[in-house]
Amino acid sequence: MGYLSLTQRDREEMLAAIGVSSVEELFRDIPARVRFDRELALDPPLGEQELSRHLEELAARNADTSRELSFLGAGIYDHYVPAIVDAVLQRGELLTAYTPYQPEMSQGVLQAIFEYQTAICELTGMDVSNASGYDGTTVAADACFVAKHATGRSKVVVTEATNPQVRQVVKTYAPGFGLEIVEVPHRNGTTSPDELRRAAADAACVIFQQPNFFGCLEPAPDLVAAAADADAIPVAHVDLVSLGVLEAPGVYGCGMAIGEGQSAGNYQSFAGPHYGFLAARNEYIRRMPGRIVGETVDAAGERGYVLTLQTREQHIRREKATSNITTNQTLLALAGLVHLSWLGPEGLRELGETCMALGEYAKRRLVDAGFELVFPERTTFKEFAIRLGRSAKDVVGAARAQGVHPGYALGRDYEGLDDAVLVAVTERRSPADIDRLVEVLAAA
Amino acid sequence: MKLIFEKSQSGRRGGELPKPDLPAADVPVELRRASPPRLPELAEPEILRHFTELSTRNFGIDTGFYPLGSCTMKYNPRVNERLVMLPGFRDLHPYQEEDGIQGALELMWRLQEALIEVSGLHACSLQPAAGSQGELTGLMLMRAYFEDRGEGDRRDTIITADTAHGTNPASVTMAGYKLAKVQTDARGNVDVAHLRELVDERTAGLMLTNPSTLGLFDEHIEEIAAIFHDVGALLYYDGANLNAVCGLSRPGDMGFDIVHINLHKTFSQPHGGGGPGGGPIVVRERLEPFLPVPAVVKGGERFRLDFDRPKSIGKVRGYTGPFGVFVRSYAYIRSYGPRLREMSEAAVLNANYLLALLKEAYDLPYDRLCMHEFVLSARTLKREHGISATDVAKRLMDYGFHPPTIYFPLVVPEALMIEPTETEAKETLDAFAEAMRGIAREAAENPDLVKAAPHGRPVKRLDEVRAAKRAIVKYGFEDHPDMAEPTAEPRQLEAQKGA
Amino acid sequence: MAATETYPDDLRYHKEHDWARIEGDQAVLGITWFAQDALGELVHYEPPNEGDTIARDSAYGEVESVKAVSDVIAPLSGEVIEVNKKVVDEPETVNADPYGEGWLVRIRLSDPAEADALLDVDAYKQVVAES
Repeated sequence: MGYLSLTQRDREEMLAAIGVSSVEELFRDIPARVRFDRELALDPPLGEQELSRHLEELAARNADTSRELSFLGAGIYDHYVPAIVDAVLQRGELLTAYTPYQPEMSQGVLQAIFEYQTAICELTGMDVSNASGYDGTTVAADACFVAKHATGRSKVVVTEATNPQVRQVVKTYAPGFGLEIVEVPHRNGTTSPDELRRAAADAACVIFQQPNFFGCLEPAPDLVAAAADADAIPVAHVDLVSLGVLEAPGVYGCGMAIGEGQSAGNYQSFAGPHYGFLAARNEYIRRMPGRIVGETVDAAGERGYVLTLQTREQHIRREKATSNITTNQTLLALAGLVHLSWLGPEGLRELGETCMALGEYAKRRLVDAGFELVFPERTTFKEFAIRLGRSAKDVVGAARAQGVHPGYALGRDYEGLDDAVLVAVTERRSPADIDRLVEVLAAA
Repeated sequence: MKLIFEKSQSGRRGGELPKPDLPAADVPVELRRASPPRLPELAEPEILRHFTELSTRNFGIDTGFYPLGSCTMKYNPRVNERLVMLPGFRDLHPYQEEDGIQGALELMWRLQEALIEVSGLHACSLQPAAGSQGELTGLMLMRAYFEDRGEGDRRDTIITADTAHGTNPASVTMAGYKLAKVQTDARGNVDVAHLRELVDERTAGLMLTNPSTLGLFDEHIEEIAAIFHDVGALLYYDGANLNAVCGLSRPGDMGFDIVHINLHKTFSQPHGGGGPGGGPIVVRERLEPFLPVPAVVKGGERFRLDFDRPKSIGKVRGYTGPFGVFVRSYAYIRSYGPRLREMSEAAVLNANYLLALLKEAYDLPYDRLCMHEFVLSARTLKREHGISATDVAKRLMDYGFHPPTIYFPLVVPEALMIEPTETEAKETLDAFAEAMRGIAREAAENPDLVKAAPHGRPVKRLDEVRAAKRAIVKYGFEDHPDMAEPTAEPRQLEAQKGA
Repeated sequence: MAATETYPDDLRYHKEHDWARIEGDQAVLGITWFAQDALGELVHYEPPNEGDTIARDSAYGEVESVKAVSDVIAPLSGEVIEVNKKVVDEPETVNADPYGEGWLVRIRLSDPAEADALLDVDAYKQVVAES
């Protein structure tokens, strides 16, 4: 059997040392009635070659972005992942390591997480970041939990222009946390600070997305001021690759910054695994869920890293923990760190500027071809919504028959937008790709 | 070793990006970033060297023996790393149309079917991102189930074992339930008499892992199941220890109604330094309507995402779950097929063999055959020589092994929880036992050597007290605090004393 | 760092390893040598607010070491009139001097008769011996 070393001789020697005559005897404590005494109804084992063939056949039946020109975004994006990310993630000492509870065995992972925490704080303008959450949806639930404990309030405000999946997950967690969720509708693609202020009375926190789900830039400082007027903690759900050109949430007054990290360093991979990030002001550090790496010294006075403030976590605080999270998304967060290091501050700025320039080009060409922007007055980052004049689902089907996916059909999440798609334009799309999109949509 | 930020030099950078010849688009000034983020500035060769150096300061399963209890640190097959990079998996967007994701949906459906067979239950959701999230999802299912029956207000308590992993009580709190704890008896089983006192009409359910964190199969599991089912309560199985019983005993047959499986334990997803993982849940038929949405279903030869689940608890995370983890776990299960049973038999054989080699040198709290893991105690070493479980763990590092889990489960003082897994060769087990016996001798003959361990790692013993008192959680750039002052002795404290 | 094991005989004790020094209608509260030894060096003290009412046998605060968290249990009921800021700033004070500088709160007793239910030093030493 592929991964087992045991030979017949090994078995005999080991059974003798244990003092039993058969492997079957080792299971004598299992009561007869709960013994499974037939063979598992699973397909016969495949060796590596046949296994690869089977999986390749399954993979070939997916329309991935190497086979279809894609403008799909809506929370998961087709950014370029540099080869150095793959190379680092292949290092077995990192890939196959456990959580760094024994710090002397794990300085590699611990220092990498410390560097990741630093990068997230730099990008978001916050004081502390955890070592990652599951994804961009669960970190919103985490932020609500922190806010509830910090303020004693149970009401949470979320903008309608925040990713529908984020809102749905927060609602799923709400009953267990004892949260009341209130949504503030979007007005022509963004959120009104006055409406937000009224909704935020007695709220623990306000969550808004920047850029929002429609790709529109929200009046973020005004939304933060509105939340602060109500003494609610402002929480920004942001895109890491936008933070080379957009202001850091900490600078304009947010208490927490969260989001989906996938755009930095991860392939789309049918949505996972990726990583959620959660960063906050220092005053929330003891309530933050998830692991945190801290700096210290060893017995010889040399600098080193350890998991710290572990008393927040489940393995110590158990039923009073800030969260039950144990396994997180460390390796994917590490990929993000490598990618951000490869970009550097200049590269990150250029990436943001390129996405915006391509986006503006796409909007111009589509408008010239007779398509209507859903929110023409709004500045957008990386994606925008257009009306197709008829059922978006039909147009998507027709476009895909020509090898182009024009974007996410918004009608499923928002009223009055059955004819609209969300078009994402990343640095992987060229002006020629955009010309092709316009050509296909015009003919669809 | 320097931080990557300390190697940064202004003007250097890694990669170049495409520069399309287009006019710039401006961010409105009130939203524009004023100061660039201080990300590292290095060229690519130096970036790669930095992360390579970091990896040499780390220890993975690829490096050596990693016997952490209930973590199942088994070999992570390399073919799986190749398979997740197939473009049809790697470059697939989650919102692609249904006809364009048939391969992905089929993989997920087949994985679900395999997990259903291994669990002995009826329906599966792959959505939860980790075991903890599976636990929370399972408790949310319980709540939805009882509310649907009009019993939601009445049933407010979940019972966990005193040997439970910390996630169990933490999940109970997150789900909004009250917690009760049942004791363990002298044979390492759940104390059935105590359980009968605790279970009543306010009980929603039990959370248990079997075999337990002591590595022991509960001999009374049928009786335990009956106690809960008789009052209309449910049983939740924490799948952390499933590696012991695949193809030998199924949680559904033991009486459990909801099971979570740790794909990063039993089914070989690499731990990645802390994650990712996967925590799918498998349930009995009557709980299926409440599963997270969407469900992956098969109709004829096609596969679909079914969102029409009016009783679903909702979504516990984005999209359909960590797909890359499914690719690896599915490939792993296909490489064993029904021979998963041999995997578990080998895991239990390896553990019992190692136990036989070590039970004289250390204290053994429960003298029974173990399953895939066992717990020893360093209690005598502590009492006679002042050597704690922490000291044993640190000294093992000098022998080239990752230590086992220490100070867990809480019911055993100075606990050493050891799970070898099935992919270890006999020689490795012999060498580990040799090292453990050696350390027991050193405890008597040269305790200072053990107390000052490790001696052969990139760092000496680290001061965790200092890190907790003054939390430095990111690089300080201009005002980096002075860490040069050495401590007189490292202060790393154990959870339990007075053994 | 830590004091030697002592249990002053002028104090009253609670079985959860907390002590009370009764001074007329007030009491000063803290944790015993046994408690600080079990926890290890304290890194954090989460006190109640001055003015809060605390109840006998309930938790009024938390202390943390690197590896453990513990509720601090009130041996007596009353109103918190002072929190020991020195312990908030330097939690390790409790390890060095658990009965002196390491006091946690001063309260005004709501029911002085509750003191009768507390253990004297010999009874408490029994509790320690059995732990």
